[in-house]
Amino acid sequence: MKLNFSPERMAVIIFVIVIAAAPFVIQNNYQIFMLTLIGLYTMLTVGLSLVMGYAGQASLGHATFYGLGAYLTALLSARLGVPSWAALIAAGVLSALIGYVLGVPIFRLRGHYLAMATLGLNVIFVLIMKNEVAVTGGPSGFTEIPPLSLGGFVFDSDVKIYALVWVATLAVMAHALNIVNSRVGRALRAIHTSEVAAESLGVDANAFKLKVFALGAGYAGIAGGLYAQAIHFISPSSFDILVSIELVTMAAIGGLASIWGSIFGAATVVLLAQFIRDKLAEGLGLTGELEIIVFGFLLAVIMVLLPEGLTTGGLKLFREWRARGRMN
Amino acid sequence: MPSSEQLAQLILSGITQGSIYALIALGFVTIYNVTGVINFSQGEFAVIGAFVAITLSQKVLLWHGQMTASLEWPLPVAALIGVASAVLIGVLLYRLGIQPSRNASPLSQIVVTIGASIALRGLVLLAWGTDPYRLTPFTEGPPFDLMGAILTRQSVWVMGLTVVFVVSLFLFFKYTLIGKALRASSANPGAARLMGINPRWMGLIAFALSAGLSALAGIVVAPVTFMTFDRGLMLSLKGFVAMIMGGLTDPVGAVVGGLILGVVESLAAGLISSGYRDAFTFAILVVVLLVRLGGFIKGRKGEALERAGL
Repeated sequence: MKLNFSPERMAVIIFVIVIAAAPFVIQNNYQIFMLTLIGLYTMLTVGLSLVMGYAGQASLGHATFYGLGAYLTALLSARLGVPSWAALIAAGVLSALIGYVLGVPIFRLRGHYLAMATLGLNVIFVLIMKNEVAVTGGPSGFTEIPPLSLGGFVFDSDVKIYALVWVATLAVMAHALNIVNSRVGRALRAIHTSEVAAESLGVDANAFKLKVFALGAGYAGIAGGLYAQAIHFISPSSFDILVSIELVTMAAIGGLASIWGSIFGAATVVLLAQFIRDKLAEGLGLTGELEIIVFGFLLAVIMVLLPEGLTTGGLKLFREWRARGRMN
Repeated sequence: MPSSEQLAQLILSGITQGSIYALIALGFVTIYNVTGVINFSQGEFAVIGAFVAITLSQKVLLWHGQMTASLEWPLPVAALIGVASAVLIGVLLYRLGIQPSRNASPLSQIVVTIGASIALRGLVLLAWGTDPYRLTPFTEGPPFDLMGAILTRQSVWVMGLTVVFVVSLFLFFKYTLIGKALRASSANPGAARLMGINPRWMGLIAFALSAGLSALAGIVVAPVTFMTFDRGLMLSLKGFVAMIMGGLTDPVGAVVGGLILGVVESLAAGLISSGYRDAFTFAILVVVLLVRLGGFIKGRKGEALERAGL
């Protein structure tokens, strides 16, 4: 058997080594937690880019499923005494299932209406979490969520959680890449280009949209569950519309239809937010508002200049520029 | 069973709130008809208009309390400048955000306006902080009594001015040259262009008009409900729901849709649960969308649905 070391495969191997080596190089717990956050957001962005980038369907309420996973994990493990690992899996599966069921009416809509309905879903979800105090803890949040434990091994330190989250992230990415490069991925791209043409060639557009929406919801559910188990506390504000829009920003930076771009998008937003909070805002005597302004502008500017997203659109520009250079 | 006074009270406050939704929905329809864009930063114009007017007419702390504004200009002047600032931002948004991306997909355009809306919200937060502000009512005096329900003087202002704004807008569209040009380019952009109507100017005017209208709505309602930096997005969403209820492209429908939305929301919040006030809006939206009446008012169903890509 011949080993095939294509540049792409090399890049993947180097990437995995960097991820695995990071906790040995970085000893600061805060930095490790930032990397963990990047992993969680990558899972969310991968799901979102499947729906928005590949299938071309507006989804402006992705944080709903992130929250759903977090609250389901919390309820199952802290209130109902389900073992934490089973609660996490159940949260992922249930989020996907709920995504599917909600998707049935939602994907009868298109364009502006779809954008509106997914935003509305997010608003309603947060309202329920805020109002059903007896179950969810209301606006002040849900506390004392047990950490994940597997056969006596408890994921209770920052490094252990980092490892757990990144194993899950890489699994999600591998799964998504597999889908994108399969028949399903081609069908999704066909739907994006022209739904009518795709349908006439025998692609059941609605069924594919529903499946990919449910899959994105499932990824988000697992990310939410891991988040709840990592910080032991959740509140509705962590899952509101602004978070959904932040996820769209990550997907836009990553180049909407790009699985690898998702990591780049998530890392850019998390690190930029940290930089603005810790360095810029303090220097200017500001708090959270600078972050909102920067991300709002960033999102608008990217969509105006490079509607395909920063990486995808940027690469395309670069290729055109190089091709022009060759002709001269 | 609620008393008739209670019902009357809820309906009155629903109409007051609904007037604002109606004005914002009218802005949505104007922009959509002329440019085909759904502008999700519509609600931010209301917030900015109100905050500028409040700052110029009464004492306000700015920049984390580092600055105090106590200009105390007369309200009409303050309101005018508030409207002008919103118009300016609307024009900038069109020139810098919408016009360059006019060939992009509706999804990208929505995301552009959402990005702008978030950035504007951040700017308002930066200048005015998280405190709620209330504009002084336009006229002082005791409230009126209407069938056992209390009607504040400001509510009368809200309803009266909404009627004035809506009527003047319709007169503008019907009788002025610019209004006719706007209608022409929404009815048939190609033919309008052949007649020498510049679509870019029309888009600019539509954005300016809608931003001004939203700012007026924000200023008029600021004495009734407190204004906070984060109200814009919800106002946009409600205006959009009202627009859909009215059939997407129909200005009359948008006004009626806004009023119905306000009343239903007020009744549901008062009689069922106030915590879920905003959820009712979306419940209504889902029902309207799924039944797909193409609006309550008239059956310009085919056209409206076609334009929305349905």
